[in-house]
Amino acid sequence: MSNFPYKVVVGLEIHVQLCTKTKMFCGCAVEFGQPPNSRVCPVCLGMPGVLPVMNKQAFEHSVLVALALNCKIAEFTKWDRKSYYYPDLPKNYQISQYDLPLGANGFIEIPLDGGRTKRIGITRVHLEEDAGKNLHTAGNFSQVDLNRAGTPLLEIVTEPDMSSAAEVRALAVELQRMVRFLGVSVADMQKGHMRFEPNINLVITKDGSEYKTPIAEIKNLNSFRALERSVAVEEQRQLDEFLETGRVMGMGNKTTRGWDDAEQTTVLLREKEEAHDYRYFPEPDLVPVEMNERWLNDIKAGLCELPIKKQMRYVNEYNLSDYDAGVLTAERSTAEFFVQVVDAGGEPKRVCNLLTQAGLKLANEKVCSVAELGITAGNLAELAKMIEAGTVSASAGNTIMQEMVKSGAAPETIAEELNLMQKSDTGELETIVDEIIAANPKAVDDVKSGGKKCKKAHGFLLGQVMQKTKGQANPQIVSQILAEKLN
Amino acid sequence: MQDDLLNMDCRELRDGIAAGRIKSITVAEAVFERIEQYEPIVGAYITTFKEHALAKAEEIDAQITAGKQVGQLAGVPIAVKDVLCTTFGATTCASKILENFHAPYNATVIEKLLSADAVIVGKTNMDEFAMGSSTENSGLKQTVNPWDTSRVPGGSSGGSTAAVAGRLCFAALGSDTGGSIRQPASFCGVVGLKPTYGRVSRFGLVAYGSSLDQIGPITRTVADSALMMNVIAGHDPADSTSVDEKQAPVCDYLEKLDEPVKQLKIAVVPQFNAGAESQVQTAIADAIDVYKNLGAEIIEIEMPHLDYAIAAYYIVATAEASSNLARYDGVHYGHRSENAEDYIEVYSKSRAEGFGKEVKRRIMLGTYALSSGYYDAYYLKALKVRSLIRSDFTKAFENCDCIMMPVSPTTAFKIGEKTDDPLKMYLSDVYTIAANLAGVPAVSIPCGFDENNLPIGLQILAPAFGEDRLLRIARMYEARTDWHKKKPAIV
Repeated sequence: MSNFPYKVVVGLEIHVQLCTKTKMFCGCAVEFGQPPNSRVCPVCLGMPGVLPVMNKQAFEHSVLVALALNCKIAEFTKWDRKSYYYPDLPKNYQISQYDLPLGANGFIEIPLDGGRTKRIGITRVHLEEDAGKNLHTAGNFSQVDLNRAGTPLLEIVTEPDMSSAAEVRALAVELQRMVRFLGVSVADMQKGHMRFEPNINLVITKDGSEYKTPIAEIKNLNSFRALERSVAVEEQRQLDEFLETGRVMGMGNKTTRGWDDAEQTTVLLREKEEAHDYRYFPEPDLVPVEMNERWLNDIKAGLCELPIKKQMRYVNEYNLSDYDAGVLTAERSTAEFFVQVVDAGGEPKRVCNLLTQAGLKLANEKVCSVAELGITAGNLAELAKMIEAGTVSASAGNTIMQEMVKSGAAPETIAEELNLMQKSDTGELETIVDEIIAANPKAVDDVKSGGKKCKKAHGFLLGQVMQKTKGQANPQIVSQILAEKLN
Repeated sequence: MQDDLLNMDCRELRDGIAAGRIKSITVAEAVFERIEQYEPIVGAYITTFKEHALAKAEEIDAQITAGKQVGQLAGVPIAVKDVLCTTFGATTCASKILENFHAPYNATVIEKLLSADAVIVGKTNMDEFAMGSSTENSGLKQTVNPWDTSRVPGGSSGGSTAAVAGRLCFAALGSDTGGSIRQPASFCGVVGLKPTYGRVSRFGLVAYGSSLDQIGPITRTVADSALMMNVIAGHDPADSTSVDEKQAPVCDYLEKLDEPVKQLKIAVVPQFNAGAESQVQTAIADAIDVYKNLGAEIIEIEMPHLDYAIAAYYIVATAEASSNLARYDGVHYGHRSENAEDYIEVYSKSRAEGFGKEVKRRIMLGTYALSSGYYDAYYLKALKVRSLIRSDFTKAFENCDCIMMPVSPTTAFKIGEKTDDPLKMYLSDVYTIAANLAGVPAVSIPCGFDENNLPIGLQILAPAFGEDRLLRIARMYEARTDWHKKKPAIV
């Protein structure tokens, strides 16, 4: 029934928890998963008489992200109080930035299919303190855990430049990769380090006119899957609603919705945009922050080649597929380790395969990055060379890599110890091939007949040789010998 | 003997104790004996720490006997306004909402007093959350003026000034947001200094108007204020608004105190003084004559924006207060209503029950001023007025060393006289508010009495971080007059 063409319009609000040692305005440790209210002090508890002191590192981290997002960095920025009452907010105001965010008017390039990219505008980047958590697990009252209260939280607001759920996901993933590259956030979704709030509506063309559906904001999404699914589901819901009711965007009809993961639907939270009055005013307990050139340059020194640039460079420079380059550049240390191994003489594609297959599997098991597996770039380059030269098979390469992690030994030593060196000695292999030919007359006939069964029979004989040599024969050489002998 | 002891100034007392001539414990016992006798009349304290204080005094004596170095306030009994957080005793802000609140930390100034070996006697009464000009807004008790017990001591630091005037301690700390040190100091005939904003750490001072609040000394002499400043002034990393000492060095305020300021140029603001009672005007004029006789040059200046100070102040202060007091919600600490059915009621009922009338009034005013649609007309405008007042001061100080004016248009008024008319009460802050808006230091010193034998205060205002010269100017007058030596009848 829906034959009307339409466009989806999505803007995103993202909160990123910064990985500073201490909280935004006090000296409490930022630690996840600690006993409730064990990482608190009078300041983050909002006790009478306390005063905030700005965490300079959090500010610098934020400026770094704003720079990476191509924002204009404010020379003068200040703190504001945002007032609202909620039990997880000890002071009943949040210290945030209102009219002078630390960064504004930037953009981010996001990767799309087939190596294409799209530029999404960044409206603003500002820093604020996180709230605590209300817990509703104990009978007929609620409890408040304030460990998270006062944690530095970066808020990034994009322009409504995304036009599909896939683009929204791509931006989220790109941003995660970026903040990890910059070393400013662990960006662990499961720990709530990144939270997303998409604003969605549709522009529908009907009978030559354009209709805009009311904007819906989906609150508090903390996985890429939920983010992508909720946008897709909301897109359909808005289309259905429009076809049914014809409702269009108007004053105050923005709704707030939640995501029901079990039902895979968005649910209405607030019908009308509540007339929130946060009574923002400048925080008198903190002094404004003035950015000078020297400080900005010091922060800029922390910039690095951003993941998307690196990914595109790896495609061009190392002849990798866009997919492989994407996997390698998901983590900065992996990407940098890759280059070290290549520089040590490893053939890029071989190195890439080792890192993205055995390497990532091992890193997952050990819960570390590929670069932290304890393999030197030199040894890994050596292994890649051995595979390239046919000294060991690709599959043996994976086994050797596993042993390298365990023992730290050189790949050749391991290959010899485990008898994984491929036999490329033609003389020795010829003898074995002769034995196999003698033992399998039927297959030999099939090969010689050159019919349909030829290829299969060749493969069978090759398999027999490999079995006999316990996989140590170089299959290419065996294949060559077989062909010579049977033609 | 005991009265002689209680009438000593802090410096003499400290030197006597440090030299072993006077026992700290003797002084502490004398103070508590006096508190037992007169506190029921004056009502200066919310809490006293007899046991704690006597133990501290004995400890100081023991240190002196052992030949150890002692601090600048060794053995001096000092009272602190109950708006300063202490780990000992409750910190109530004279509010029912914090009646049983025990702070988990000491304010920076409390730490400084303790490390100077002061003996903290108790915590003094005040207008609830420092909002008021008579201490009648205390949610916990009434304090009277030692000069006339039917009158108010002024406010909001009325407990501190009454305790100092009534010899219930030797010196005290107060806080001043719009005159809360200077006005009660003038009503009680003592010295009260509001330092420059940023000179003394606010960490641990329960906030009323954060951009205006400043802690300062209340003493019987100018020298004692200088001594107290030597202990409490300075940068505190815990207070971002406390000023870097590289920008504005802290000095020894006692060192040159007795050196008169040469070629002193004093400005007066005739347009402004006219609003004071005639007896107050006369006393101020006489005080300025004393300076004239000392060779000072007197100039008349205009400060065109001072007329708007009260309006601007009651917007800025209440706006900040509405936000600062939001945390008293019954959720985390302090009074929680027993009648609340859900969390919204925990807020509304706890706050309705815990806060007094004036506090509620100011929260309402401030909330209104910050509300969307009103922000520009009220808060933003008030900030503009504030910066105009600041530039009035900057211009004025280009041509003079200090400005002199009354502290209050009247002397101490009767208890209950203004409680039904909040606006009338607000107007009594007319002379003191500008110093807070501009952030400059100002002192109130005794300069005479009215026909009812009630003290009158002279206010001297100086450029930012000019406390040293300000105190020297005050001392010039004090050295020539005896007003500060007069004692209330009950003493």
